[in-house]
Parts: sequence; C-alpha cells; structure tokens
Amino acid sequence: MSTVDAAAPGGTDTDPGAAAARKPVSMAQAINRALRDAMAADPAVHVMGEDVGALGGVFRVTDGLVREFGEDRCTDTPLAEAGILGTAVGMAMYGLRPVVEMQFDAFAYPSFEQLISHVARMRNRTRGALPMPVTIRVPYGGGIGGVEHHSDSSEAYYAATPGLHVVTPATVADAYGLLRAAVASDDPVVFLEPKRLYWAKEEWSPEAPEEVPGIGRAVVRRRGGSATLITYGPSLPVCLAAAEAAREEGRHLEVVDLRSLVPFDEETVAASVRRTGRAVVVHESAGFGGPGGEIAARVTERCFHFLEAPVLRVAGFDIPYPPPMLERHHLPGVERVLDAVARLQWESGWTMSGDGGGDGGTEGGEGGGK
Amino acid sequence: MTVLEQPGAYRLAPPPGWRPRLDPAPLLPDAEPFRLLGTDADLDPETLTRLYRELVRGRRYNEQATALTKQGRLAVYPSSAGQEAAQVAAGLVLAERDWLFPSYRDTLSAVARGLDPVEVLSLLRGDWHSGYDPRATRVAPLCTPLATHLPHAVGLAHAARLKGEDVVALALVGDGGTSEGDFHEALNFAAVWHAPVVFLVQNNGFAISVPLAKQTAAPSLAHKAVGYGMPGRLVDGNDAAAMHRALGDAVAHARRGGGPTLVEAVTYRIEAHTNADDATRYRTDDEVRAWREHDPLALLERELRSRGLLDDAGAEEAARDAEELAAGMRDRMNQDPELRPMDLFADVYAEPTAQLDAQAAQLRAELDAEAQAAAESDTESQAEARGEGGAR
Repeated sequence: MSTVDAAAPGGTDTDPGAAAARKPVSMAQAINRALRDAMAADPAVHVMGEDVGALGGVFRVTDGLVREFGEDRCTDTPLAEAGILGTAVGMAMYGLRPVVEMQFDAFAYPSFEQLISHVARMRNRTRGALPMPVTIRVPYGGGIGGVEHHSDSSEAYYAATPGLHVVTPATVADAYGLLRAAVASDDPVVFLEPKRLYWAKEEWSPEAPEEVPGIGRAVVRRRGGSATLITYGPSLPVCLAAAEAAREEGRHLEVVDLRSLVPFDEETVAASVRRTGRAVVVHESAGFGGPGGEIAARVTERCFHFLEAPVLRVAGFDIPYPPPMLERHHLPGVERVLDAVARLQWESGWTMSGDGGGDGGTEGGEGGGK
Repeated sequence: MTVLEQPGAYRLAPPPGWRPRLDPAPLLPDAEPFRLLGTDADLDPETLTRLYRELVRGRRYNEQATALTKQGRLAVYPSSAGQEAAQVAAGLVLAERDWLFPSYRDTLSAVARGLDPVEVLSLLRGDWHSGYDPRATRVAPLCTPLATHLPHAVGLAHAARLKGEDVVALALVGDGGTSEGDFHEALNFAAVWHAPVVFLVQNNGFAISVPLAKQTAAPSLAHKAVGYGMPGRLVDGNDAAAMHRALGDAVAHARRGGGPTLVEAVTYRIEAHTNADDATRYRTDDEVRAWREHDPLALLERELRSRGLLDDAGAEEAARDAEELAAGMRDRMNQDPELRPMDLFADVYAEPTAQLDAQAAQLRAELDAEAQAAAESDTESQAEARGEGGAR
C-alpha cells in the first residue's frame, strides 16, 4: 500500500528541528511562496493573468512577483481568458512554463475551448513533440460569500477531460508542494485552489517546506476503522470535523484526502474502504455527473465484497450555485456528512474483523450489529 | 511614412507617454485590394518564377488530394483550389526559424514550405492527428477549431522574443474564423504585446455556406486591424506577387520590432467546402465562373509570359515537376498507412496513469487475441487449400 500518512492540518506530528522555523502561514501565502520559488528556480516559469501584477491578484496570491521578476515574467494580460490560456499554449510550444491564473472558477469558462481542444491533447496529437507544461490556477468553490459566478466548483469539467491533471490542495503544505509539482510537471495541471481555505493559517515553514507526496497520491488524513470519508479540497476540513464529531458517537471515521482527482489514487482509496467496509464521498460540486459518482463506481468495482453498504455521496445540490445568503444550505456541512454516515446500514452489516489497519493508532473498528 | 516603416522596439508595456492613436489613417488598408500583376511594378524575376512553379505544384496538389478523397484515400479534403496564391506565398515568405500556424484548409502552405505532402495530409487521411513533427518543421499542427490557433501563434512569437530570438509567427485563418472570439483575443494580445506575428485572413467568400455579408458588417476584414492598433492590408489574394510582397513586408515589419499586421487576401474557394458539401445550394455557377476568370495561376502565367520569363518549355517543365509531386502522393497514399493501435495510449501524459496502463493492457490483449485468431484462420485456410480441411 502506498498510503502516506500525513498529519492533519495543524497537527503536531512534526520533526522538532523543522518546527522551530514554523509559523502561522495561510494557504494564499504558501501558494505565493511556491510561485516565487518556482520562478527563482527556473527562468522558463512565467506567471500571467488578469491583475496578477501590480495588484498581486485579487486574492494577493501573486503579490510581489512583478517587483521581484519584472513584467516579462509576471504579466498583467488583457482581460480575456481564452487569450490568456491560448497564448500560454504558444509560450509552452516555445519552451516556457506558463502559470496562468483564472481569477475565479466561473471566469475560466471562456478558456475551455483552449483547454479541451488544445492544452489537454497537444502532447497526444503531436506524438509527444509538443508537451504542454502549463499550470492553470483556478480559485474555486464557495463559502466566501461571493456573488454569482464567483463560487462554482468546476472540477468535474476538468476531471472529465483526458490529458489534464487535476489537483486540489487542502493543506498549506500541499498547496506549496503540489503547486511546485504542478509547475515542474511536463503535463498540463489544473490547480484548483479552494478559496475558502485561502486564509486559514497553519504552522508551516516557508524556509524549509516539507516534502509532500506528489501528484496522483491520496493521503489518509485521519485513521479510523468504521467508515471512510473520501474527499478533497474545501471539504477536507468538513470531513475532519465530522470525523471528530462521530467519534463522540463511537464511530471512527477514516478520512482520505484525494489531493488529485486525475490521476486518481485508486489504491489508497480501495485499501481504506477494504479496511472499513463503508464509504461516503464528500464534495461541494453538484452530485449528478460529479466526481463522487466516478469514485463510488470505482470503489464498488474494487471493493464490492468488502462493502457493508452502498457507497453514499454527499455533494452540493444539482442547482446553479446559489446566491451567497443561501449558500450555507447548499454546501455540504458536518451534519449532512454525519447523516450520510448514519445511513451506512449499521444495523444489518456483519462485524468487520479489522480495526483500521492497526498501524494508525486508531481505537478499533466499528461493531456491526448493536 | 506608413506605420509599416516606423521603427519600433519590442515592448510588453506601453512606452512612456503613450496615448491613444487618434489618427487611424496610417493603419487603414487601401480602398482597393493591393495588386502587382498586370501593373508595371518592378518585380523580381526569380521570385515570380519561383511562385509560378509552386503555384503549378499547388494546383496539382489540390487536384490530386481531391481525387484521393473520391477514391476514399482521404477521409475529407478541404480544397484550397483558387486560393493557391495566398497559400504558396505564406509558405515561401518565412525564414527557416519562423513558425507557420495553418488551419485545416492550409495544407498547401505547409507543402509550399517544404513539408512532406503525405505527412501533411495525415489529419485528413485519418491515420493520426498530426503526421509531422511541429517542433522539427516549425509548422504547428493543422488546427480544426476555428481561430483557436491564433493565440498560440501570438504566445509562441512572444515567447521567442522574450528569449531574445528572432522568430516571426505567421498564422492563417479564414473569413469565418474572424467571427470567433479567439480571433479577437489573439489580435488584441498581439497588438498589446507588440508580438512579431502576421495574421493572414484568407477571405474566400464563404464559411461553408455563409457568405461574407452575413459574417461581418465591417468595410473589409482588413479594417478589423485598425481597432486593435495594428496595420491592416487588403490584398488581391489571387495575385501571387502581391501576396508575396504584402506578406513579406509584414514579416519584415514584425522582425524589425514593428509588431503585428493583419493581411486580408481577397480570394475565392473554387471547390466546395469539402467533399461533404453541396456548393450549388448557396452560390451560382456564374459567380464561380467569374472567379475562375480571375484564376491565380492564369494571372501569374500571363504575367510571366508577358515579361518574357516563361515559355512553353518552362511551363512544361513546371508541369512535369507538379506531375511528379502528384505521382508521389498517389503512390504513397494508395498504400495503407501503418497504424499502431497502442499509440492511442502513447503521449496522453508524460507518464501514463494506472488507469491508462490498465486500459492499454486490455487493448494489448484484444490485439493479441485478434492476431491469434487471424493466424489460426490462416493455418486453417492453408490446410483447406492443401485438401486437409476437416469437417467444421
């Protein structure tokens, strides 16, 4: 099993040497640091987008880059998403590594033709002659009180397009590490930044950032033997909170953070579900056609004989993203996750023999019948 | 002094003291398409002769490709018959280090640039999306979506300039493509970034069946340049010498740091959009006939003969050269292409995902089973041929 167990956000499971340099850092700051370090390490890396220069991005994620690297390396483009991504394609054709910013999730849609017709398939259609080392940063998701077109969870569109990697960090360390990996990747990476985690601070060391697993690896954020919560990005803190709440009821939920939708780490997910026998997929984007359906299908294919209950999904409603004053009713919260967990047929199931792998310091498996 | 002659330096940001250009006159195209053939302009005999030979080849190339479509050797061929002057000029004006960005109708421009005609036709034959190596040939893959390759040309030219390299990108698009958002965004980026790009719009009258009048209300497509702050040139697209001069000037202008130019070639698509199209539904024979009388090859041949640069022997020699090209195309296109099914999984990603590995293994097994079944049936039929066939 390839699972790497990482500490939960803000956890204390750290190297004492590195801990000395740690300080509270937000995800936005970590992404900024990743861009700076990537640009310093490789002159081919170019940051471009609307407002990324003097303003430093509307979320200040590109703050200071133009000062440090100049307008040629950190470029305020005309306001045109197709043009931003389309010119980035040409730049990548000539050996640069563009990192483009789509200011908000729903603003990226005009660029979809470039993304789908060119970025995703250029390597394949040219038999490898023109790789597309383009990173597309997309602040995504709700929960920040954004008005219409500022809160979409657009990951399903990206994940449904072969040729793209789709990555979404949920921790400060991952935001840094996954972005460095995305920029270094010779393939296009859609880097989805959960807006509502931008300002959440964690103890982190910008000077000595720890190694994190690369793109395509899921991580077990919390051990437990009762059921597996499979999630990513903005829903990770929700799932961790749900797991904490469930513990009071005697249910020990394992939480898997996918970190990467494409490639999808089936091994880590399947290993977890085989241990627990129950699974709930949690994400903000609409359920119909959302990643949850794909994940549930794969879990069922891989783990059918281990399952005590159908794989359930907790997703956003199948509605256009609601106005901000109503969004709390739309976004999956702890209660909705716990409701789903309660529906995992605890009455009829047989007792799992395992206790969550026995190596994660968990408190034993969930008894089946009462 | 026209804008084309003004010295300019590469810049990403506007120069100090930049103000909107209030006088668009230097950017405006001429009222009538620019022509050289049939005038007393001083023309370089060598260039004229070269254009003629390439045009003869181009005409033959179009005929041969169309014939191959009828024989089922090409899935589809969007002919550029009638547009050879614009295509050939585009293929000839670039330096080796420059890049060409063709759309699906612009295979001839790539052939005129020296690419293998069979490799160029790969997309339309259907054996692979791009049959040539864009990096080695400096010809971008043929682009099927309309105008989406124009921003690529801008980005590539911009990147080359950022690296301090002298590279110009020439991108081809049709009149229909000028209605697309990517056309607008590409021109705007190119002008703002002062990128060394030349946009060649081949206005061939129709976007499939929709005539130009329903495509745009602009005085001409070349006029669109003015709104972006770049010069627009209106050129007789059937005048090979004018096309070569206009494109050559625009390339030189870009190379000098003068920024982008939009060149509109006013031409006509003699054939239907593709073999799947019925052009009689939307245009008259009279219209086609009128354009045939303004044929680019005939215009050029007349010019060469009147200038004493071509005689019957020269014309025959050019025809022989073109016939050789066509014979080579036939020979090679009539062989079945070598298909490699496992290429489906090659180069999707730098490293295949586990899911793709599993799918590749599935296809491998299917291919092996197919091969085995074929071998068995082969053995059986051999046995039958020897009279050993048992009851089945």
